[in-house]
Amino acid sequence: MINMPSTIKISFRALRVNKMRSALTMLGIIIGVGAVIAMLAVGTGASQKISEQIASIGSNLIIVIPGATTAGGVRMGMGTQPTLTMGDAEAIQRECSAVLDVAPDLSGVAQVVYGNQNWSTGVRGSTPSVLNVRDWPLAEGRAFTEQDIKSASKVCLLGQTVIENLFGDIDPIGKIVRIKNVPFTVIGVLDRKGQTPTGQDQDDTIYVPLTTAQKKLFGTTFPGMVRTITVKAKSTEALSDAEKQITELLKQRHRIGPKQENDFTVRNLTQMMQAAEESTKVMTLLLGAIASVSLLVGGIGIMNIMLVSVTERTREIGIRMAVGAKTWDIRLQFIIEAVTLSLIGGIAGIVAGVSGSKVISMIAGWATIVSPLSILLAFSFSGLVGIFFGFYPAYKASLLNPIDALRYE
Amino acid sequence: MALIDAREITKVYKLGDVEVNALYGVSLTIERGDFVAIMGPSGSGKSTFMNILGCLDTPTSGHYLLEGTDTAQLNRDELAGIRNNKIGFVFQGFNLLPRTSALENVELPLLYNGIPAKERRQKAITAIKSVGLEGREDHHPTQLSGGQQQRVAIARALVNDAPIILADEPTGNLDTKTSSEIMELFVKLNKESNITIILITHESDIAAYSRRIIKFLDGCVISDEPMRKL
Repeated sequence: MINMPSTIKISFRALRVNKMRSALTMLGIIIGVGAVIAMLAVGTGASQKISEQIASIGSNLIIVIPGATTAGGVRMGMGTQPTLTMGDAEAIQRECSAVLDVAPDLSGVAQVVYGNQNWSTGVRGSTPSVLNVRDWPLAEGRAFTEQDIKSASKVCLLGQTVIENLFGDIDPIGKIVRIKNVPFTVIGVLDRKGQTPTGQDQDDTIYVPLTTAQKKLFGTTFPGMVRTITVKAKSTEALSDAEKQITELLKQRHRIGPKQENDFTVRNLTQMMQAAEESTKVMTLLLGAIASVSLLVGGIGIMNIMLVSVTERTREIGIRMAVGAKTWDIRLQFIIEAVTLSLIGGIAGIVAGVSGSKVISMIAGWATIVSPLSILLAFSFSGLVGIFFGFYPAYKASLLNPIDALRYE
Repeated sequence: MALIDAREITKVYKLGDVEVNALYGVSLTIERGDFVAIMGPSGSGKSTFMNILGCLDTPTSGHYLLEGTDTAQLNRDELAGIRNNKIGFVFQGFNLLPRTSALENVELPLLYNGIPAKERRQKAITAIKSVGLEGREDHHPTQLSGGQQQRVAIARALVNDAPIILADEPTGNLDTKTSSEIMELFVKLNKESNITIILITHESDIAAYSRRIIKFLDGCVISDEPMRKL
């Protein structure tokens, strides 16, 4: 019969008697668990940040770009062929069932002037639906309306970077800015959106009505030409359906035969971003795996100390056997010692890992997120390490011959 | 039925390629309540025999029946059980756990017998009292004299009410005065509690406390006779 509370007491006493050794053994586990938690926190933080950036571009997006022109055998590159029209955008909205909203756009770079300040920025002509497609709320003012599109009104929405560069602290609403020398009234301010995953500043932009961009700013090869069409699918699951429907529809509208090359490209933006997210997940796993190695090394440290301890305490084991300790009494004593070491080490490691990831965020400025799962994982793993690496020394101790153990010098 | 019944016990040690015979077919019986001294020069096999009696070691051949049970039929844990509640050991080197109080040392056999903490403490205190060490319960072995350490060891042997005490040169590390005190204690335990005591000694004045003397030489019993009172 095994008396658990007493066995635990015996183990604890043995650990207390060898304080320094116990502490050093634990250090291995502390570093291991701490590293696992901190590394996972860095990885989770990074992928969280990327998820946020993906969400900032707008979710479930598909972008339709015109194809390349060929001039005298020289192919001019993606998007050089002006093939997309307002009509295409309207048809996608009307006929593709997997599509939620559509925002055609015609953009270019232009010099913008306010008072004695000027700034070069991307000016995008689009429809009112663009704010919905890109999940982009207004900070103040109003968005443009269908009426603005119809009448090609000279109104604009400013991004935060533009405001900082032209207005400073002045409230821009109602002010007149000149874009390519055409005066525009500022009717709204876009909320801050931050950078794309590739580092572009999304706030360095101005939105104007599509028709205004076509007629007053950039001009078009033919009426109703748009540069790209951004499409929002109904859901993430509907993305590939939407992609197919759009391709079919545009093939039909552009009269492209089965053997002809498409004069447009349909790109699934979210998919690209998900690939980026996927790669950070791989990085998180990698970091975790590297950190696990140190946890493993810590575990081997425990085994090493326990083996030394068994040898050193052979006589003690002999005495215990002589007064009636059974196989499992001895085994449990050493296993409990090992598990206690690794669990206390695990708890200290969690503290070290959490504070370590705080320090990393502070010094490196990285977002770190300590997930409860990683704590649970590291803690239970350290417990397992204790059992696993404690068992062999305990097993060895329990098989000693009582008289040999007693006579051991 | 004899308490201890050893039949043709042999023990062979293998030291590398050489086989050393420690015991050549020793047969003897010891009755309950006896006080036996085992004597003999070094290497005569008396300690080997004692270890087999204590189930610390197993014979190469022959049978050892303890209270009629053949110990060869028992497994590791059953032998541990016998050591726990049938036999108390007292060693020359005391063999107390270091850095552990006298009380906890005495409690040790009870711990492996699954006795609850309160009863354990009670029994250990009683045992310590019976060897005359009250007030020293919290002392560690290093804080006790040799005689006191041996008393702790005797208390440990007593605590589980074992019917047999095996003592391997219990006075070997003690001075004459302390030795006689320890021997008086054994005599008292033998008389008052009817505990069977088997002890190994070199010295005839220690053996004189016993009632029967068994002499070993080269792995054989050469004489086995009652103590002649001088």
